[in-house]
Amino acid sequence: MQKDNSAPTTPTSARARHRRRSNEFPADTSKTNGHPLCANDHNKYRSMWIRSCSSLWMLGLSLLVIYMGHLYILAMVIIIQVFMARELFNLLRKAHEDKCLPGFRLLNWHFYFTAMLFVYGRILSHRLVNTVTSDKIFYRLVSKLIKYQMVICYFSYIAGFMWFILTLKKKMYKYQFGQFAWTHMILIVVFTQSAFTVANIFEGIFWFLLPASLIAVNDVAAYFFGFFFGKTPLIKISPKKTWEGFIGASVATTISAFVLANIYGSFQWLTCPRKDLSTGWLHCDPGPLFKPEYYPLLPWLPWTEIAILPVQWHALLLGLFASIIAPFGGFFASGFKRAFKFKDFGDSIPGHGGLTDRMDCQMVMAVFAYIYHQSFVVPQDYTVETILSEILNSLTLEEQQILYKKLGQILQERMFGRD
Amino acid sequence: MQKENNTSISSAATSRVRHRKRSNEVVPEPSKANGGKMLVDDNNKYKSMWIRTYSTVWMIGGFVLIIYMGHLYITAMVMVIQIFMATELFNLLRKAHEDKHLPGFRLLNWHFFLTVMLFVYGRLLSQTLVNTVTSDKFLYQFVSSLIKYHMAICYFSYIAGFIWFILTLKKKMYKYQFGQYAWTHMILIVVFTQSAFTVANIFEGIFWFLLPASLIIINDIFAYIFGFFFGRTPLIKLSPKKTWEGFIGASVTTIISAFVLANILGSFQWLTCPRKDLSTGWLHCDPGPLFKPESYTLPGWISEWVTWKDISILPVQWHAVCLGLFASIIAPFGGFFASGFKRAFKIKDFGDSIPGHGGITDRMDCQMVMAVFSYIYLQSFVVREGISVDMILDQILASLSLEEQQILVMKLGQILQERIGQS
Repeated sequence: MQKDNSAPTTPTSARARHRRRSNEFPADTSKTNGHPLCANDHNKYRSMWIRSCSSLWMLGLSLLVIYMGHLYILAMVIIIQVFMARELFNLLRKAHEDKCLPGFRLLNWHFYFTAMLFVYGRILSHRLVNTVTSDKIFYRLVSKLIKYQMVICYFSYIAGFMWFILTLKKKMYKYQFGQFAWTHMILIVVFTQSAFTVANIFEGIFWFLLPASLIAVNDVAAYFFGFFFGKTPLIKISPKKTWEGFIGASVATTISAFVLANIYGSFQWLTCPRKDLSTGWLHCDPGPLFKPEYYPLLPWLPWTEIAILPVQWHALLLGLFASIIAPFGGFFASGFKRAFKFKDFGDSIPGHGGLTDRMDCQMVMAVFAYIYHQSFVVPQDYTVETILSEILNSLTLEEQQILYKKLGQILQERMFGRD
Repeated sequence: MQKENNTSISSAATSRVRHRKRSNEVVPEPSKANGGKMLVDDNNKYKSMWIRTYSTVWMIGGFVLIIYMGHLYITAMVMVIQIFMATELFNLLRKAHEDKHLPGFRLLNWHFFLTVMLFVYGRLLSQTLVNTVTSDKFLYQFVSSLIKYHMAICYFSYIAGFIWFILTLKKKMYKYQFGQYAWTHMILIVVFTQSAFTVANIFEGIFWFLLPASLIIINDIFAYIFGFFFGRTPLIKLSPKKTWEGFIGASVTTIISAFVLANILGSFQWLTCPRKDLSTGWLHCDPGPLFKPESYTLPGWISEWVTWKDISILPVQWHAVCLGLFASIIAPFGGFFASGFKRAFKIKDFGDSIPGHGGITDRMDCQMVMAVFSYIYLQSFVVREGISVDMILDQILASLSLEEQQILVMKLGQILQERIGQS
């Protein structure tokens, strides 16, 4: 995530937002300076100031949105997604060919909306149903929409597919197919991570906030450790990253994972899952993961015992992943930029580059957090209560009765089979 | 699917030619060279038709044999076809020069292939696998925990491949490597989407795999035949050998044969019963209301010159007409896509495994579009009773212990009584 900030020529007011920076890749700084590492850079303090300013703005904005609730976080994720997609769609377009292909950009957005309908439809269908149970007509409309959701998305995709084929122009085939494949890759990358992010959010803001914070902490700590102690280069793809920064950040991230989980876990706003699309306050029984357990400490410390939430142990694993594996998302993005010879994905955020530059590690982390949650956290809560609520939510009254009868029969057979 | 296979047929066209080395470069536009020729005017057309017919007959014969053998063997056949398709496609855009500098890069492709296979087939077959091993308690627990951690296993396998990819990035090869990475993902998506849906269809009942596949084959064959005898007007610039006469003739034929085939195929229980586990024995089941014949009396003017008074129609035949419509009108776009792709990258065929037809991907391009559609059609419009009840029932039996199940039944009974009492 550390950039080659070698040429900030324009005046650096603290509110510089849209600094026009050339997007070409600067000549290898390692050759010109002789010392590629951050520790010897003249402009480092100025760049650090700019980065800190924009980081603080981003942090403040995120906190505000989190305070406002699940639905607003969802909106924020969607907005970030749209901007990321736009950055990425614009990356590999060639102006010459685009003149000959009117309406081709529209095709990208058609596929984008199809993917959005598909992904968010699946994730939010249950919650949408729970929100509109009050009104009968609305309920039926929404249920029908959900039932045919896959068909609607499929036909939308096929329409885009046919549109693509019918607009193939001679001598443009290779460009058009390349753009088609590129569009699919972008949409997969953008939507996988946002789908999992949204799924995490509705399980409880904790499961979105903790991984995101850990990545941010890892980034910031790696920057500062590299700034003050960086000597040995880490990997050829990102010449500014150092082993000292990496290891220091790993330790800092793991410790802060443990601490942050304790802090976040005490707010019900963050730990309760959201079953519908309302925006009011949440109250729930947080579950055994968030109930503090007391461990006695060594006698020479001022506290006699320490309260640890069981979720903190999970947080340690999340912290380990965030510090060791998530940075590979950043390496991937760096390698990609080198391969296609551009400096940043965009320039929306001063000091940091584009949105995709910020989100590259977040993406790897969001997917991991969701999979970790589904595999290692949730099944422990899989009880009679959860299945009962699932039955009451997803089946009609007649189906519930059928289920009751069938289950009764099966249990009776098993009882008699035993005796 | 009709190929420009005229110029290369000249060499020894014996009937048992299998692996003819055909150059994979694109043939210069035949329409310019011969002055707008259609298949009708081609000299070598009879020779090429003979070769195509021969390999078609072999393929259909092998296909029918596997259908006879059962669900598990069909799944195996789908997997084998998949592997060959992936091999063809992986080899397409590789450049020999770069590959010398990147040892082990091909292995990465296969790593991702195996990861996706584990993921896709794990999800599809998890329930059937659990049903197969319920007899043995130890195996059951082992399989259950594999399934529980299935997503985590696949994810870590993918991340391992991702990290491996990043660690093997070589200077000056970045663009090639990233291109190959994206290409691998696209191939795997294309190959596995269709095979996942195909396998899902198979376990719903071989009928839902056999009917769409047959319709695509019929559409192909009749488009070829109609184009052969009547083709005059070109259909689309991408595939200059396709004609409107072939397209329309094939559409009509496909829809009619959809109606007829559904009747024939629907009378076999082997084809219509769903398979709940991975066994291979005979199947008996209650086929459901879709496959029970309903009798319609023919109106007077038809029954005069036809001997039957009434006709029995399975309700599934109406669904088959929709499938036939899709197979004739929209599925050919899969073929156009493949043609455009080959023109874009200047390749003649995806491979040369099948004489007269090209590679396996050439055969499967329309099948892919059809398989996805038939799965989605099946899930959305073919109402099968009690589907969600069965799913939740399976879930309950799989994840709760006996005591918990009894508690659940008691609570559910109480709640239902309250609700019935209210209404």
